[in-house]
Amino acid sequence: MSFVLVQVIVGGLLLGAVYALFSSGLTLVWGMMNVVNFAHGDFVMLGMYVAFVVYTVLGGGPLIGAPLAMLVLATLGVIVYFALIRDIMKGPMLAQILGTFGLALLLRYSVFWYFGSNFNTLPSNLVGGTIDLFGIRIEASRLLAGVVALVVTLALHLLLTRTALGSKMLAVSEDSTAAQLMGIRPDTMQAIAWAIAAGATGIAGALIATFYYIVPTVGETLGIVAFVTVSLGGFGSVPGALVAGLLIGVIESLSGYLISAVYKDVVVYAMFLGFLWFRPQGLMGKM
Amino acid sequence: MRRAIWLSVALALVIAYPLLFSTPFQQRLGALVLLYAIAASAWNIVGGYAGQVSVGHVVFFGCGAYAAMAVYHHLQLSPLVGIPVGIVVAVGIAAVIGVPTLRLSGHYFSMATIAVAELARLIVINIEFLGAAVGLSGPPVPRNVFDVSFISALPYYYLFLIILIITLGITWWMTESRMGFYLRAIRDSERAARSLGAPASRTKLYAFMLSAGFTSVAGALYAMMFGFVDPESGLGILLSVKMLIMAALGGAGLLFGPLVGAAILVPLEEISNNWLGGKGAGLTFVLYGAIIVLIARFQPGGLLELVYRLVAKFRKAPEEVAAQGDKRAP
Repeated sequence: MSFVLVQVIVGGLLLGAVYALFSSGLTLVWGMMNVVNFAHGDFVMLGMYVAFVVYTVLGGGPLIGAPLAMLVLATLGVIVYFALIRDIMKGPMLAQILGTFGLALLLRYSVFWYFGSNFNTLPSNLVGGTIDLFGIRIEASRLLAGVVALVVTLALHLLLTRTALGSKMLAVSEDSTAAQLMGIRPDTMQAIAWAIAAGATGIAGALIATFYYIVPTVGETLGIVAFVTVSLGGFGSVPGALVAGLLIGVIESLSGYLISAVYKDVVVYAMFLGFLWFRPQGLMGKM
Repeated sequence: MRRAIWLSVALALVIAYPLLFSTPFQQRLGALVLLYAIAASAWNIVGGYAGQVSVGHVVFFGCGAYAAMAVYHHLQLSPLVGIPVGIVVAVGIAAVIGVPTLRLSGHYFSMATIAVAELARLIVINIEFLGAAVGLSGPPVPRNVFDVSFISALPYYYLFLIILIITLGITWWMTESRMGFYLRAIRDSERAARSLGAPASRTKLYAFMLSAGFTSVAGALYAMMFGFVDPESGLGILLSVKMLIMAALGGAGLLFGPLVGAAILVPLEEISNNWLGGKGAGLTFVLYGAIIVLIARFQPGGLLELVYRLVAKFRKAPEEVAAQGDKRAP
């Protein structure tokens, strides 16, 4: 019994690490330019489909899929920034929400149109089988996804806090005019932020695709998960997103196990509303 | 005066439409345009005038649709009885979710409303009383005219037209009242509005509740016309998106914006569905997505705003020339 519970919690932590990875992309863009990307979940969905195509065309696993998804999504991120975000950022609130929402529909239904609405999965033996760790049985695909996601999220945190690039991005998010006077181009920094944010969703999508169902509308659910994570962790905080992501992964797994799999989304959404209600600044953030 | 003439001409054309274009497809199309125009106009009250972009309006739509079908299914009453029931439930829900979420600014409000809508759908799927995943059906054979179940789309067309006129009338009355001025002030700058003594929270909440009530009516009418409601058709997030897109395409915060948006998008969707069959559903939303992105990027005020601007420019031009001529004369 207790072994099963531990297994559920470990599974939740591993899934939560992937949540943390794609949510840190959302929180980065949000914290830096106060733009909420309503297409964020659909970016993850695209990452999943890149992994799916890599498997069906090349027969390759996440080892090829994840870097490729990162490149594809990072490119998309830069294109989206220059073609859309840069202009709607200055516009009214309605334009910002509409712009990224329209983008979400565009991506979701382009994939729907091309691949159909079928549920696809990658073969479960693509990444090893099941590993027995001190009596806890974990699927290798989940273990790989969780560990890689954790490493990438931490690397992202180090990039933002310990490098010159990170400091420049922080400078732009603090005060873009002052940053400009110091010889930093806000435009370039914000484009890089979009590349990083979208690239992170690409990796996360390719990782989660190894054990999650792949369907065009999955972005809606994952997008809400990202919103929950970011609002829980505080806007703009990668460590916050990490803690919140792990927490949500565990809560989701536990409620799926203890209550019913049907209600696991209900629990997460209700938690989100509860947090927006009582603590809109997040667990660690300040407003 | 000029405005009144234009309006009466437009109204006459709208009244005459189903007689001029009398095939069943055209009449049904007309009725659907009006139905979506009601829903989008209702959204416009809170999304356009108050500037609070709700993506969860489908919850209120679902209240109306489920209420209309539930009073028939469980009590064998006319679906019309469901309209007031739906309004009461929708306004109640709006009050409950509006108090906490309207405090949140901008994006947060939008996200909260998405979560509410998804939560409602997931919960209703598991409620046996509301037909769970299968949904509820209306009367298979109409017992009398109060079952609002007709084969022809013509009665629906005029019913929807009356409701649309009431919706727009009340919206207009609202914009001319003190509340309308408050709303505009809040949309432009909530902080400034508050500092001048406008009761921002209360005004936004009233707009949200009013909007919810009308959206619920649209939902009830939808369920009556289609004769059933299920979680996807009554509570699917795409329906919220449609209301939002129609209002934004025509012009959010303009009285006739949603009607213009519906008159463009509904035929587009119906024709592409007819033309491309089942696969068209995906393509329609690709097109929707592209349209919204373009509107947000190039014309966030909507098409009608562009028209008004061009008309104003056109009218002003001769006067400006005259004024400049006067200056130059001496």
